[in-house]
Amino acid sequence: MELRFDSEKPIFQQLSDWIADNIIRGAFAEGSQIPSTTEISVTYKVNPATALKAVNILVDKGVIYKKRGLGMFVSEGACEMLIKERQEEFYGSYVKTMLEEAEKLGLTKQDLINMINKA
Amino acid sequence: MRGIEIKEVTKYYGKHKALENISVNIEYGKIYGLLGRNGAGKSTLVNIISNRVFATKGEVLIDGEPAKENENALSKVFTVSEQNFLPVDMKFREAVKLTKSFFPSFDEEYALKLAGMFELDMKKKLAALSTGYNTIYKVILGLAVGTDYVIFDEPVLGLDANHRELFYKQLIERYSEQGGTFIISTHLIDECASLIERAVIIDSGKLIEDCDTEELLAGAYTVTGSAAAADAYAQGKEIIGSDAVGGLKSIYIKGKPENVPEGLEISKASLQNIFIRLTEKGQK
Repeated sequence: MELRFDSEKPIFQQLSDWIADNIIRGAFAEGSQIPSTTEISVTYKVNPATALKAVNILVDKGVIYKKRGLGMFVSEGACEMLIKERQEEFYGSYVKTMLEEAEKLGLTKQDLINMINKA
Repeated sequence: MRGIEIKEVTKYYGKHKALENISVNIEYGKIYGLLGRNGAGKSTLVNIISNRVFATKGEVLIDGEPAKENENALSKVFTVSEQNFLPVDMKFREAVKLTKSFFPSFDEEYALKLAGMFELDMKKKLAALSTGYNTIYKVILGLAVGTDYVIFDEPVLGLDANHRELFYKQLIERYSEQGGTFIISTHLIDECASLIERAVIIDSGKLIEDCDTEELLAGAYTVTGSAAAADAYAQGKEIIGSDAVGGLKSIYIKGKPENVPEGLEISKASLQNIFIRLTEKGQK
């Protein structure tokens, strides 16, 4: 992943999404350990406070949990939880933006449906 | 108070005012960026903190004690700068030993490990090192010194891309593991934007910003569109600066975007962009 400093998304959010992506993808399997905040901050050259903020978002959601002195681990059911959350966000983040762009270009809803069917 | 307090510091060199009434609190335990253009007064400020230059007015306190001519306060600060303070007919190992004799917290083993990572030629005398390695050996001392406050004045000058990367990564690793306070004085903003927690920006000797990097970034944005539309939107808002290419205009604005009309695009301003606008001549 490349962090994007000109993105509307703050860096901690991008890092948090990156961890979530890897959980969904299975790279960070449920029950397994994820990289430490030090590893994350060194790899992506970010302040450790930023990495901690990214991790804490997921801890608060219950997606990962901390084991004292051992590190951070992916919770059971984390993948399902994240997928559900992303499904809920799908309308706002993809469908709405797509409809806005389509309107700008003069494409009707039917045009979009035809495209989706073709895809 | 734990930290470095810069209190109303003014510095004249003859008639030239290098710093004007600068007050900043450097909190212990954070990574700071001291940002400014060439000649803005960064090095003067660094030199006053480390007692190499005296302020004309004002003072610097280190953990509550005046820094000026104060051994105890100054033993907590290590400064890496372009100037050489070690005898240059020494080799690296001797430089390590000498630094350790002044700063007992110095980690010799780590310094030698870093020398290996940076591929520093330890057989050469310091005077015989290339420009890049002249910076590198001092940067290594700064990473390994372990004092509560370490200041890097333009730490990546003359370093190639790999060595810059190595420096930033080692700095973060060291900071994560050992804590401490690091001040990176630089004009290369983009490179360090993600690792500094607080940004102190000075321009022409004056303090312009002193805030959390994230806050600074969240507090400004760019609006882009046709010049007429962008100007109309920006009216009454706090404008930091603007760019125009043909009829297309980008305006940098402080605050958060609101009620953005169709046809205008909002994007985030990078720290580099905010910095350039804030320190542009003839814009204030």
